[in-house]
Amino acid sequence: MSLRTTPFHPRTGPLSEGQAWRRWAGYVVASSYELSHDREYHAIRNSAALFDVSPLYKYLVTGRDAARLLDHVVTRNVGKAKVGQVLYTPWCDNEGKQIDDGTISVLGDQTYRMTSADPTLRWLHLNASGLDVKIQDVSESTAALSLQGPRSREILQLAAERDLSSLKYFRLTSAKIRGIPVTISRTGYTGDLGYEVWVDAAQAVPLWDAIAETGAPYGITPAGMLALDVARIEAGLLLIAVDYFSSRHALIESQKSSPLELGLGWTVATDKERYNGQAALAAEGKRGPAWQFTGLTVDWDSLEQLYADVGLPPRLPSQAWRTSVPIYDRGGHKQLGYATSGGWSPLLKRYMALAHLGSAHAEPGTEVRMEVTVEHRRRQAKAHVTALPFFNPERKRG
Amino acid sequence: MKQYDAIVIGGGHNGLVTAAYLARAGKSVLVLERRPRVGGAAVTEEIFPGFKFTMFSYVVSLLRPEIIRDLDLPRHGLHILPLESTVTPMENGDYLAGWADHDETRRELYRHSPRDAEAYDEYGRLMHFMAQAVKPILGMVPPDPTSFAPGDLAGLLKLGKHFRGLGAERLHALVKLMTMSSADFLDEWFETDVLKATKSASGIIGTFLGPRSPGTAYVLLHHYMGELDGVFRAWGFAKGGTGAVSEAIASAARSFGAEIRCDAGVSKVLVRTGRATGVVLENGDELPAGIVVSSLDPRRTFLQLLEPEHLPSHLVADIKRFKFRGSSGKVNLALDALPSFTCMPGVGRQHRGAISISPSLDYVERAYDDAKYGEFSRRPYMDIVFPSMIDPGMAPPGKHVMSIFVQYAPYNLNGGWTDAKREAFGDAVVNTVESFAPGFKSQILHRQVITPLDIERITGLSEGNIFAGELALHQLFFLRPAPGWAKFATPVRGFFQCGSGTHPGGGIMGASGRLAAMRILKDGK
Repeated sequence: MSLRTTPFHPRTGPLSEGQAWRRWAGYVVASSYELSHDREYHAIRNSAALFDVSPLYKYLVTGRDAARLLDHVVTRNVGKAKVGQVLYTPWCDNEGKQIDDGTISVLGDQTYRMTSADPTLRWLHLNASGLDVKIQDVSESTAALSLQGPRSREILQLAAERDLSSLKYFRLTSAKIRGIPVTISRTGYTGDLGYEVWVDAAQAVPLWDAIAETGAPYGITPAGMLALDVARIEAGLLLIAVDYFSSRHALIESQKSSPLELGLGWTVATDKERYNGQAALAAEGKRGPAWQFTGLTVDWDSLEQLYADVGLPPRLPSQAWRTSVPIYDRGGHKQLGYATSGGWSPLLKRYMALAHLGSAHAEPGTEVRMEVTVEHRRRQAKAHVTALPFFNPERKRG
Repeated sequence: MKQYDAIVIGGGHNGLVTAAYLARAGKSVLVLERRPRVGGAAVTEEIFPGFKFTMFSYVVSLLRPEIIRDLDLPRHGLHILPLESTVTPMENGDYLAGWADHDETRRELYRHSPRDAEAYDEYGRLMHFMAQAVKPILGMVPPDPTSFAPGDLAGLLKLGKHFRGLGAERLHALVKLMTMSSADFLDEWFETDVLKATKSASGIIGTFLGPRSPGTAYVLLHHYMGELDGVFRAWGFAKGGTGAVSEAIASAARSFGAEIRCDAGVSKVLVRTGRATGVVLENGDELPAGIVVSSLDPRRTFLQLLEPEHLPSHLVADIKRFKFRGSSGKVNLALDALPSFTCMPGVGRQHRGAISISPSLDYVERAYDDAKYGEFSRRPYMDIVFPSMIDPGMAPPGKHVMSIFVQYAPYNLNGGWTDAKREAFGDAVVNTVESFAPGFKSQILHRQVITPLDIERITGLSEGNIFAGELALHQLFFLRPAPGWAKFATPVRGFFQCGSGTHPGGGIMGASGRLAAMRILKDGK
């Protein structure tokens, strides 16, 4: 294969029944292991799903000024974070437009691990001039597994031979699994109870074996990106290059978004010194963002009727979609915005979408129309603005 | 004492659906359940420590999507997990498998018969049209074909138009489905015996008929109905077993303000001058209510809860003739490990779907022969699932539960059911499985055997019929449960019926519960 495989490939490769792979940051990872992603999806919500998330970009930022650098780059307050904490954060250009989003793990006093969806090494260096800081790209040397679902804690506790009930949401701890040193963070991309396990790439295969074997009696199921995509929409979690464009890739101004327009206002710190985009974000905060990122629920009866009009039972996308779909007002003429991801929630039995709507029309409960193509014709289905996330179980934080 | 707008007798899934819809419409509602828990025949119980048994019903196939939506059941804990494959072990050591993937299933069928592999798609298409033709009936209150009332005429007209619109070819197929045996109907399509046997099995579930008995083809269709809502995926295995479905509906009902009282059996409906005024509990307490709804089966609704003087004598006669004839039993097992089937050794995806013990049409028909003459089948038809393979929470880690639906076990067994007969029945089941999976018996940690008499004793379903009355053509639509009384009302004003004994019948469908509630609400306006 001319694309790269991850350190888990000796295990994930043979599991793939249909050779369905998806590209991610130059690597291939499974779209689904089984011929359909159904069971992999349900494992996330019912037992535990095991994802290979190694392709994430990972940077180790160390040194006296490590926190200062990160605080200059991202919108969350890194200096205030304690050792063992994990921050989800976006980062912006000077105009307050979002470049990327990822996590910052506080591994030690002056040691941070940053993950990102796009390569970020140059950006970190550009912001580090004059600072006493070391930036290492550990993307290839660090492998990562994500174990997500209601039984994930039991499985990891057994594998790590320790109690994890005190490990809170967005906290991390170091541990050993069958003698392999790992970092376990209570994080993930599913909106469920779940953990990510970070390991030296050389130890990836034995780690996979340890977790897979321990999890077998609990219904652990290797799962691919198709299942993850459904879960992350249910959780209302953004995907770069799908739900928003990095301002560094945007060709025109209107392709850019600010964190305030993406529902990430809560990540924009007001209690720290100057950082990239701060002034622009403060001004935008004052006047209010022009756009809102919100959920939509498609009205079933309306969708069913559109299909009944042509003599068909309703059809639903078999996978989550990631195309731009126009959203109109209830009259069906004036465009209010666009949806960027959508799909059927097998758990909630709902057709859901993530959408950008003009702020005046983004109030939950607002009735809108979403374009759907029924038998080659563009039609409009009734939909309602729904607050995100669609699914938020107690166990996620509990 | 609190005066309720409505009292629902029986906390099975249909009673709960009725209660939820009435409460949602603003009525004050009380559900009275005789057992310590809600669910009726849709219950999950920890019979052996750590092992959760889906005591009676075990899969969800027909739960109406509109009910899931209207009551927002996912928010109340409903999670339906996929259960997609069926493997039929054959007596020669081969098997027939239907997998979730269409190509895989076709290739598997091709192995048995290239012609059948092709016919399979066409058959599926026909059944799709047939299910589409019948589906509107599920959602309508049956019109009385002998009545000239405007509502009935409108309903009949709608129905007539609907069937005229089908076109000749599909109308003919529908008439065949209504009249033929499932074996004969399938003979028109397929040549592979084990395929016909496995398909026909769904035509006999809950009936006292064999695959070669006329009328069973329709039941084939009844079970196909869930496929129509394929995209909605309302079929599968409920996380936590079917009891979790009942719990979700109960939770929804409570969220709308309904009260649910368990350990509260009802002995009589109070009637004053032809009108229901409340109920009398088994402990003698009287509870007044303007509306009383019974979700019990027709025999108990009309003949037990009411005094005969409140009913026209022909209705009493009709209900007495209504056939129950429970024919199925259930064996629930706690297992130390999963059985390895000779035809597909080891543990694998076959354990995540159904195992159908229906190796040939003769096998299934012979199983019926035993029952015809008052014996349980020595080698019965079985539908097996391993709930713990779909929802690992059903058993301790690494251990398993096995749910075996068994037919035939006649309610009227020669000499009657005794503890010894029950165990002999359990032995027949276990020995038959053992013949397809040697070594299986040694994996059993605990065994629960349920006969039709047990079903009757525990759930109250007369003669242990799982559909609250046989799902036979002469007992469906405007004839369910009796001519003239298929519209959820009764001769007693304010007393209504719902449940599987009313249209459109059994399975964890909830449709009768919903239709009854709509009827009651419409009456109240």
